[in-house]
Order: sequence, then structure tokens, then C-alpha cells
Amino acid sequence: MKHLLPIFKREFAAYFATPLAYVFIVIFLFAMGAFTFYVGHFYDNGIADLSVFFAYHPWLYLFLVPAIAMRLWADERRTGTVELLLTLPIPLWATVVGKFLAAWAFTGIALALTFPIWVTVNILGSPDNGVILASYIGSFLVAGSYLAIGACISATTNNQVIAFVVSVIVCFLFTVSGTPIVLEVFRGWAPLPLTDAISSFSFVTHFNAITAGVLDLRDLVFFLSLMALFLAANVVVVDLKKSGG
Amino acid sequence: MIEIEGLTKRFGPVTAVAGLSLKVGKGEVLGFLGPNGAGKSTTMKMITGYLAADEGKVKVCGHDIETDTTAAQAAIGYLPEGAPAYGDMTARHFLGFIAEVRGFKGAGAKARIAAAVEKTELAPVLDQTIETLSKGFKRRVGLAQAILHDPPVLIMDEPTDGLDPNQKHSVRSLIRGMAPQKAIIVSTHLLEEVEAICTRAIIIDRGAIVADGTPAELLARSRYHNAVTLMLPKDDAEKAFGRLKALPGVSGVERVAGADGGVQLTVFPKSGALLIETVSGLATRENWKVKELYAEPGRLDEVFRAITTSDAARAKAARK
Repeated sequence: MKHLLPIFKREFAAYFATPLAYVFIVIFLFAMGAFTFYVGHFYDNGIADLSVFFAYHPWLYLFLVPAIAMRLWADERRTGTVELLLTLPIPLWATVVGKFLAAWAFTGIALALTFPIWVTVNILGSPDNGVILASYIGSFLVAGSYLAIGACISATTNNQVIAFVVSVIVCFLFTVSGTPIVLEVFRGWAPLPLTDAISSFSFVTHFNAITAGVLDLRDLVFFLSLMALFLAANVVVVDLKKSGG
Repeated sequence: MIEIEGLTKRFGPVTAVAGLSLKVGKGEVLGFLGPNGAGKSTTMKMITGYLAADEGKVKVCGHDIETDTTAAQAAIGYLPEGAPAYGDMTARHFLGFIAEVRGFKGAGAKARIAAAVEKTELAPVLDQTIETLSKGFKRRVGLAQAILHDPPVLIMDEPTDGLDPNQKHSVRSLIRGMAPQKAIIVSTHLLEEVEAICTRAIIIDRGAIVADGTPAELLARSRYHNAVTLMLPKDDAEKAFGRLKALPGVSGVERVAGADGGVQLTVFPKSGALLIETVSGLATRENWKVKELYAEPGRLDEVFRAITTSDAARAKAARK
């Protein structure tokens, strides 16, 4: 813990040292609003809940979260600070987790700043605030999962653009793996357990289960173990780079 | 305090470091010399745990860098090549971060930062972001970061690169001042730096040590070691050339046209012969109008060129 904290603090402060944080938050909030009101027809639905608001979260994160994650390692490699960072007496896992947690906390702040829509819906009607809370947690978990994937991919390259593009593709595969288009491809020939397995990797499937108002332990475990898996992979990638040069 | 054994690193077909072994003790300032691409930085990266060695062992203060990484790294202060630092942080915040990572808190951290800032003369720019600093200040932020925890082992990759002569001088006095309590490795291209600060110099070429000794010992390998150079007017030089050549203990004389019509003669000794007295005696007796006369301590750049290879030859050999 004593190693993790300085890394977390430095990384977190770094977002606000440049315009990055403010640009990201503004775009995030603007996009959330646009999708909710124009694409999701929030008012026309005449229902006091936030399901249309949350429904677009995985799709927005698909592009916004890799934009946050791409710099995590690639930028350090480009500027050479990675050499400084990795020769400080910090265990590698603490560096990886510290960086990830800082980025996750940052997306958490962006997400929390959507609170006016929660206030709005409570003024207009009486929504089920339990469902809304569960949905916020679910949304936060989806963001964390995308981040863990993006951080791991960022560690493989010193080029932020490559990190971004590859992250978007990998995150996209995780997002759509539960949709009929993907499942149809497999359904014809693959055994049922495989199709089910692919479907169960879908962020959307798990996220929808949570936004329906059921914070099932299985969905929680899915997201948390996915994050743990990619963070472990992140540690391995950084370690491999040490021998690969 | 630093023990390196059989250190080897390959990048694909290229062997960057080939079985390097080395020990550096307390009080030593080891100068790492070598042409670009000789393996200096790669070796330093392996000592500090940034790169993993393919073969061989590195121990820092008894801690193996591979198996006991953080303990070894805690004992090292490292200035990587180019002195990387987080550009968006101010120097003060950056050093604060380093202090925290190194385990200093509150007043202890403040005292450490203040001491490092004083030694590197960073005070005027402490509250500027690092990306706005000049090259000299950036390099000194890197130095401050490396010496902040008063480490027993200091590894510095070209610490004076990009500094002006005044700054070079103050960094060199800083290193000399710390030397008695530490084991220090400094890489450099500047041969005068080796003479100024190092107690021992190693020349590496193609990843292996090709010379190891005190700067004086390396100088003694120079053809110019104990040679005598004198500057004479042109007509005197003609006469002198033959006379000097005939002196006992002289292996040869070289003639170079000097400034304002003078001629510079360099008299090379046979091995071990001391020529300065015979040459100056002869000059007095012959009444030559000597403008300059001095014994050469040896030329490090000449030693360097004699035992290292050109980069093209090296790149070719490394791929074999």
C-alpha cells in the first residue's frame, strides 16, 4: 500500500495538470447528454428512469476509455520516464495497479458529474433510486474493465495511436460478443457451450443484467475478475519488455 | 558494492553486452567510456533493473537485482540517459513524488528535497514545470532525483551532457564531493571528464571491457605518454629535427606546422625513456628560440581511438 499511494497520487494529479482532464470530462458529459436526449429520446419516453441514459454507456466508453488508457504506459515509454519509474524501488504490481486505480478514479469523477440527470429525473418523477445506484455501479465496472484492457495494451507499445486503435477493437469485441450478429456466426457450427461462453463475455449482457436492477454477484465477479486478469497481463507485459528491450 | 558477473544482453542478432564482469567499491568513481553503441547504457540499464540480463548476475550492496529487485533499487540513485522526468510536474512536485516513493515523509522528505535542491542549485526554478526548463536545469532535476535519498550507489548516464562549462564544473565538484562515501559509475563521452572526476576508467567496446585502469594508467598506454613537444621558429625547427632524432632514447620525431609560422615538433621516447631534460638541455645549448616546451602526460582520446572500433565496423561485427 505504501508503494501504491504515491503512484496513484502522481498519476491522478497528472490528469489535472494538463487540459486532458477537462477536455475529457466536457466531451464525456456532452456525449452522455446528446445520446440520452437526442438518440434515446429521454423526455419522449415519459418514464422517470435512467435506462436510456445508461444504455449508451458501454458504447461511449468504447471510445472514451481507450483515450484515457492509451497514455498510461505508451506515453511513459515515449518520453523515457518509464526507465525512471521502473528503476524506483516499487514492486511492479504496485505501479500497474496504482496507475490503473488513478485512471479508474478519474473516470469515476467524470461519471459522478452526470448527477444532474439523476436530480432531474427525481424532480420529474419518482424513479427507483436503487436501480439507478446499481446502474451507476455497473457503469463504473464497465469503465474499469475497458480501462484494464486499455492499460494492458498500452504497455505493449510506445505509440499512443496504436494503443488506442487496438484497445478500441479489443473492447469492441468484448462489447458485441453477446449480440445476435456475433452469436449467429458461431451458432451454426460451434458447440453450444462455446457459444454460451462467448456470449457470457459480453459486457453488454452483464451490464444489462445490472441496469435491470439486479446487482448479481456473478456479474460483479465477472467484471472484477476481468480487471484482475488484464492487470495481471499488464504486469507480465511490462516484465516481458524488460527482457525484450 | 556493485558486483557484476558475466553480464550479457542480446537484442535479436545484436549482442549489446558480452560477458561483462566488474566490481566497484566504496570511494570509487568509475568512468564508463566507449563509443556510441558500445553497451554503456545497456549495462547501466541492467544494473538498475530496467532491463533483464540474458546471462550473468548483478548485485548491488549484496542484493541481487533479479531476485531482490526493490531492495537493490532502494540502494541505487539512477540518472537515466537524457534525464527523463515528468514534464507536466513542477520540479518541486516531482522531487516530492520521488521522496515519497523513496519512503520519506513530512519533515524528513522536506529536508531531503532541500538538501538535493541545494546541491544541484535548483532553487530558482523549483516551481516551474519541468517541460519549461532549459536543458541544464532538466539535467540537474534528474541529478537531484538521483541523489535525493543519499544512496550508497550512484549510476549516472552522461550526467554533464548538455551542460555549459560552468554547470559541468559544478556537477563535477558535486560528484567529487560525494565520492568518498559512495560507489559511483558515470558514463561519458568526454575524456576530460574522466581525468577530472574518475578514480578508475573502463573503456568498453562491442559490449566487452577493452581497458581498465586509473586515468593515469590509461594515459600511460598512449603513444604520447612522456613525449616532449616544442614549438620553434621555422629555421630552428629544420636544424632541430635532425638533432632531436639523433638523441638517445628517442624513437621518432613528428613535425606539424603551428600557428604564426612556427613549427611544432613532438619527440617520442623509446619505452620508458624520460626525454624532457635532455631535450630542454639541448635546446638551451643550441640557443633555439623555443616558444613552448612541455612533456605530454599522454592523450586519452588517442588511447580511446587506438583500442575502440569505428561504429560501422562495430555494427558489422555485432551481427556476426
